[in-house]
Amino acid sequence: MIVRRDRLTIWERLYLTAIWGGLKVTFRHFWRTVVRRRPVTVQYPEEKPVVPPGYRGAPYLVRDQTGRIKCVSCQLCEFVCPPKAIRITPPGPEIDPTTGNVEKRPRQFEIDMLRCIFCGFCQEVCPEEAIFLMQDYSLTGLSRSEMIYDMDKLLRLGGVHLDPIRKWERKAREAQAQETVPPTLP
Amino acid sequence: MSSPTTAPAKPTQSAPTTPEFFQVKVDGRVVVVPRLSPDWRGQLVPTTMIQACFAAGVMVPHYCYHPKLPVAGNCRMCLVEFGTPVLGPDRKPLLNPDGTPKITRAPRPAIACATPVMPGMEIYTNTPTVRAMREGVLEFLLINHPLDCPICDQAGECKLQEYAVDHGLAASRFVETKVHKPKQVELGPRIMFDAERCILCSRCIRFTRDIVGDDALGILHRGSYSTIATWPGRAFDNNYTLNTVDLCPVGALTSKDFRFQMRVWFLKETKSICTSCGTGCNILIGSRENRIYRYTPRQNDAVNSCWMCDAGRLNYKWIGRPDRLKEVRGPGGQTRVWSAVLAELAHRLGQAPRGSVALIASARQTNEELFLLKKLATRLGAITDSIPREGQADPLLVSADKNPNSLGARLLGLCYTEMGINLPRIAHGIEQGAIRTLIVFGEDVTRHGLAPELLARLDTLVVSDILPNATTALAHYLLPGCAHAEKRGSFTNVKGRVQRFFKAVEPPGNARPEWEFLAELLSHLTGQPAAPSLEALFNQMAQEVPAFHGLTWTGLGDTGLEAKV
Repeated sequence: MIVRRDRLTIWERLYLTAIWGGLKVTFRHFWRTVVRRRPVTVQYPEEKPVVPPGYRGAPYLVRDQTGRIKCVSCQLCEFVCPPKAIRITPPGPEIDPTTGNVEKRPRQFEIDMLRCIFCGFCQEVCPEEAIFLMQDYSLTGLSRSEMIYDMDKLLRLGGVHLDPIRKWERKAREAQAQETVPPTLP
Repeated sequence: MSSPTTAPAKPTQSAPTTPEFFQVKVDGRVVVVPRLSPDWRGQLVPTTMIQACFAAGVMVPHYCYHPKLPVAGNCRMCLVEFGTPVLGPDRKPLLNPDGTPKITRAPRPAIACATPVMPGMEIYTNTPTVRAMREGVLEFLLINHPLDCPICDQAGECKLQEYAVDHGLAASRFVETKVHKPKQVELGPRIMFDAERCILCSRCIRFTRDIVGDDALGILHRGSYSTIATWPGRAFDNNYTLNTVDLCPVGALTSKDFRFQMRVWFLKETKSICTSCGTGCNILIGSRENRIYRYTPRQNDAVNSCWMCDAGRLNYKWIGRPDRLKEVRGPGGQTRVWSAVLAELAHRLGQAPRGSVALIASARQTNEELFLLKKLATRLGAITDSIPREGQADPLLVSADKNPNSLGARLLGLCYTEMGINLPRIAHGIEQGAIRTLIVFGEDVTRHGLAPELLARLDTLVVSDILPNATTALAHYLLPGCAHAEKRGSFTNVKGRVQRFFKAVEPPGNARPEWEFLAELLSHLTGQPAAPSLEALFNQMAQEVPAFHGLTWTGLGDTGLEAKV
């Protein structure tokens, strides 16, 4: 593509015209802040800015409406995380009867909030809709180890996320309904 | 190729024979294939289209086909289109006007794994029909396949995932209810089976029946309800069950030991050798951040084909044991530094009179370490031996010799063909007081005739080992060594094959590879510089030891080389 470089007009070339243009902006802001009393700033922390939906704050783990931890320790978020902030300990071979037909739940799930860059890749890649970037943007702590959030803290901060699909329960219901039809092994 | 039915005794002139090598075209690329190729047993059978495609470098997706298993042809994934040359009435190929042979495209596709090639055949693996067939096969397979990828261990090495991405449709048309089957079934003591994920390729059945010889698995029921099961009254517990986990293209058969331990894409795979017996199966060590998660076999047609036994496969956990020896100990039991201890030890050994030193080297040490130990023994005039380890052999892979490097110990002169024959002499020598210094590498000699009271009579007991035992407890100088996964080296298997292996994890604490500190010790003793690297050490060994003449470290490659036994 060819960039047009038009010649500036005589008014645009004058020094004072540019000064006047800048002064117009200044005056507009002055009018808005002092006369109309609508400053662009916010008196943080007494007033907090409104966080838009879809804001990429801190990532937290969620439970579904039945209280089940949605994360199944697939470790995709650990793999895709660019700064490697997520560290998951998979459950290991001991069969955990509390998991039901889901079979897998992480033994430990840590996110180092100081490494996290809030990109949202973990939320995007999660196949179980278990991790979401929520509204928190100010995370503070007194030490680096305090800023490594473990699974309990992440679940507590994540809360409940409504799951309209409920894939695992549906599978369990279907399997029960078919109980006499599919083969059982001798 | 039909011959006339009259006069069968007379050889016919008119029946042409197929030449031993002929040309086949795969996707326009010409490749020369032999008429007969070895099958899963090694017998020569007609070359199939899939072998011709692989020879041409074209990957045809397949599930049930495996070069080391008998052909089944039930998955239909390798369907390809082909054309055969048109022959005239005189059995000569007809030509097009432009001189190319005239090809009749077959009206229907053929499975590449079971269809033999013929001279002049053209195979098309990327036509719209072939692509539609692959999409169709995948669609059928995915109809009842559960949505288990997040929890399935096979994720990352699953052929269904890979082919679905490469050859499948993006959207599903399936709105009905999937057929549900038993999940988390303990098929054997080491195998977990998930019936819903099974695509019924029958690789596990063919492997267990034909390769292992233990006919334990079969398919129950039919149609959408088909399931793999063990025959009633038979257990799936032979010593090769975990190979079916490698063979299974999906996550239906998974290892109970590796279940939910780690995702496979995180594992660093290091080429190594199994050390549980003298066969030396080639393996890949799957490790992440200095912890070993599993062993998987590597293909080596001269040693273990594509398999390994379950006992060797699960024998990795001891490497990460917390009681591994980590610190160098000097006389009096205090922790020392390597450099100081090696210098002191060299001085002490140098002063030992000839004939008063004995050296017991384990047949689990690498060739390079045994070479250096032999040099040490020659320098000190020591009497040497190794400890034999015998066990049960089996017809397939397992050797009765449970030492990975017995032949290496023999070829490098550390023991006689009958291993352990010198041990009573050494014991007697210590008892008489003739032997005052004993060097033990990698063995617990208190279990093989040298009681602790006997060892207490020695002036100097130098022990190098990995795990603490009765001998290390009595050592004056304790030098912590490395497991095979923590160092590089080579082993010689029972058939004389020298195979190299690489380092997968870091040794704990201050443990060092034995060849490294032995080279340093020898250089203190002899004053000559140590070999600068393992490759140089191997090449030096190959020059000095007649059995290893002509071998080089790089020449060993991935499959090893035969020594001159």
